[in-house]
Amino acid sequence: MTDILRKVNDSRQRVTGGIGERWRALPRWQRWLGFAAFVAFLYYLPYLGIPGLVWLRTDYISNGTNWASVLFICAVYVLVAIGLNVVVGLAGLLDLGYVGFFAVGAYSVALFGSANSPVVHMIQAQFGMPKGWAVAWAVCIPLALVLTMISGVILGWPTLRLRGDYLAIVTLGFGEIIRIVARNSEWAGAAQGINGIPGPQGAPSPDNHIFGLLDAKPWYWLALTVVLVMVFAVRRLENSRVGRAWLAIREDEDAAAVMGVHGFKFKLWAFAIGAALGGISGLLFASRQGFVEPLGFNAQLSILFVAMVVVGGSGNMAGVALGAFLLAYLPERFRDFNNVRVLVFGLALVLVMLLRPQGLIPSRRRARELKDRAEEAPVNVA
Amino acid sequence: MNFDELFGHLGQHTVDGLAKGAIYALVALGYTLVYGVLKLINFAHSEVFMVGTFAVMGTWALLGATDGPSFGMVVLLVVAGLAAGALASGATAVAVERIAYRRLRRMNAPPLIFLITAIGLSLVLAEAFGLWQGRIVKGMPDVVRHDIWLTIGNTEISNRQIITVVAALGMMFALDRFINGTRYGRGVRAVAQNPDTAALMGVNQDRVIMLIFLLGGLLAGAAALLWSIRYGITKFDIGFLVGLKAFTAAVLGGIGNLRGALVGGLLLGVVEVYSATLTSSSWEDVAAFVVLVVVLLFRPTGLLGESLGRARA
Repeated sequence: MTDILRKVNDSRQRVTGGIGERWRALPRWQRWLGFAAFVAFLYYLPYLGIPGLVWLRTDYISNGTNWASVLFICAVYVLVAIGLNVVVGLAGLLDLGYVGFFAVGAYSVALFGSANSPVVHMIQAQFGMPKGWAVAWAVCIPLALVLTMISGVILGWPTLRLRGDYLAIVTLGFGEIIRIVARNSEWAGAAQGINGIPGPQGAPSPDNHIFGLLDAKPWYWLALTVVLVMVFAVRRLENSRVGRAWLAIREDEDAAAVMGVHGFKFKLWAFAIGAALGGISGLLFASRQGFVEPLGFNAQLSILFVAMVVVGGSGNMAGVALGAFLLAYLPERFRDFNNVRVLVFGLALVLVMLLRPQGLIPSRRRARELKDRAEEAPVNVA
Repeated sequence: MNFDELFGHLGQHTVDGLAKGAIYALVALGYTLVYGVLKLINFAHSEVFMVGTFAVMGTWALLGATDGPSFGMVVLLVVAGLAAGALASGATAVAVERIAYRRLRRMNAPPLIFLITAIGLSLVLAEAFGLWQGRIVKGMPDVVRHDIWLTIGNTEISNRQIITVVAALGMMFALDRFINGTRYGRGVRAVAQNPDTAALMGVNQDRVIMLIFLLGGLLAGAAALLWSIRYGITKFDIGFLVGLKAFTAAVLGGIGNLRGALVGGLLLGVVEVYSATLTSSSWEDVAAFVVLVVVLLFRPTGLLGESLGRARA
């Protein structure tokens, strides 16, 4: 069977191969123009009505879902993937508990921003605040950032000394612990969660005309803007001293240490920065949804996040963004096949990885590493 | 914190924990065998276990099992269940290796890629059973009736607990003898130590790898039978949680170390039961992971260290 697959892959390569080289060979201004057009297209997406592309919309199928809502979720997941890419793709640390940070971000806006949360009630009673008072949404953002970064450091400090697979299981455990603590603690709303989470216009109410419940377009644009800002920021980071240190650690930690790269410090930074990005996406997600419940932050979601990064092409931001978009969008688009979509999704994961282990849009450096490894493949496997 | 209950019935809780942990240990062996040789987490092993439980259920239904059958029937059901579970799980494990891993092994792909194909394959397996058998909890007949066989002080040991622990220990012993005492086992240890040198010495790597997947699958099938006797339920997504616990157990004992899997599994079971008694059962998973983190802090390669090939060469 693999022979047929290989043939299909070869013919695909003849068609799409070299696109990357041609794109990079273009003059700078043309690339900028292309990028600007792409961004404009992204902002236009909720209105998508170009003949021939309309079938992409998720609300054109029977019992389809709101198109703008789906786009919003896609944007949030893209943000998650960019954050996880810092940890997995750049620093090379396998984090299977990323949903924990997503949950911390979501819960920080829920616990401090919602007038219905036990924590806010406590603050009200302690400081004699009026009923209905809660921390403003804008203040919740730095709060969420700080809390997620702290949780990233708390997780990283004891565990980053572990290597590879041990780290994977410990992070997986961390994600589960966050969810179980939220489920079992009265102060975190226990199993029923917390509702009344504010958005940019404050607590949910019918008067919120921009960031309301019905129209998801502004939410999508907000998330998209955050994504673009973060893409820019992470790109800068990637090409900085920190980014080079991550790369060195990923390739060979011992060699990096000999060259004077403080492995632990930079790994901790990767964890904290990745965590902060996960926190922001959690915050956006919770604000749009208006409520959080612990059930939504399960380990399966963590694994989906890792799959996004690896399928897209870990280490490459365009790749992970594409991976996140596809993995969030395809199940929604194919809701018609509700019963088999997870099955097909699993099959697709296997096939993509067998045919393109470097990911859909691989990072050039990673693809080269992979090729090197293949050439030094073990003996006796003819 | 309910210390009175815990210390008042310490023996009882320990026995409960050991019986629970024995099943974890058997599944953990599958993780540890594969990790010891290939240095990768076989994420799909949880579904290998799940397939085993369904095979046991199907066989019992086929043989017309009822609640509390006669003694001869019990023996027949247990033996048939063991055969069916081990066969189904073993076949699944070997299929997983063929489909998800072999091509990647030839490419010498990094471990992360194996992880994703394994995740994909476990989704496929779980969903296929969800579609086929429905997404509901499936009950099984109560084949081995609950019965107290042994009473020591205020500790009551049931027949199921004795069967579980004895069977698990027996299989563990057999596996240990197999790996350390036979020609095939020597091949496994050789590949675990150094695949290239083993190949030069004439060990067929592919066959060894197939063998370890088969062994892991057989043990998972046995665990599936014990699970079916003990809990009498299964579900298409049952593998995930059991797999997670078993993997934790393997890491706790030192992944790649067969005896470590036993120690880790039993310890994990006891920790879970103790913490469930102390607080409530909703906290037992937290306790399990906290113990894992603490152990790894002080023993970064698990309690007994990682060694399939090295220590007992």
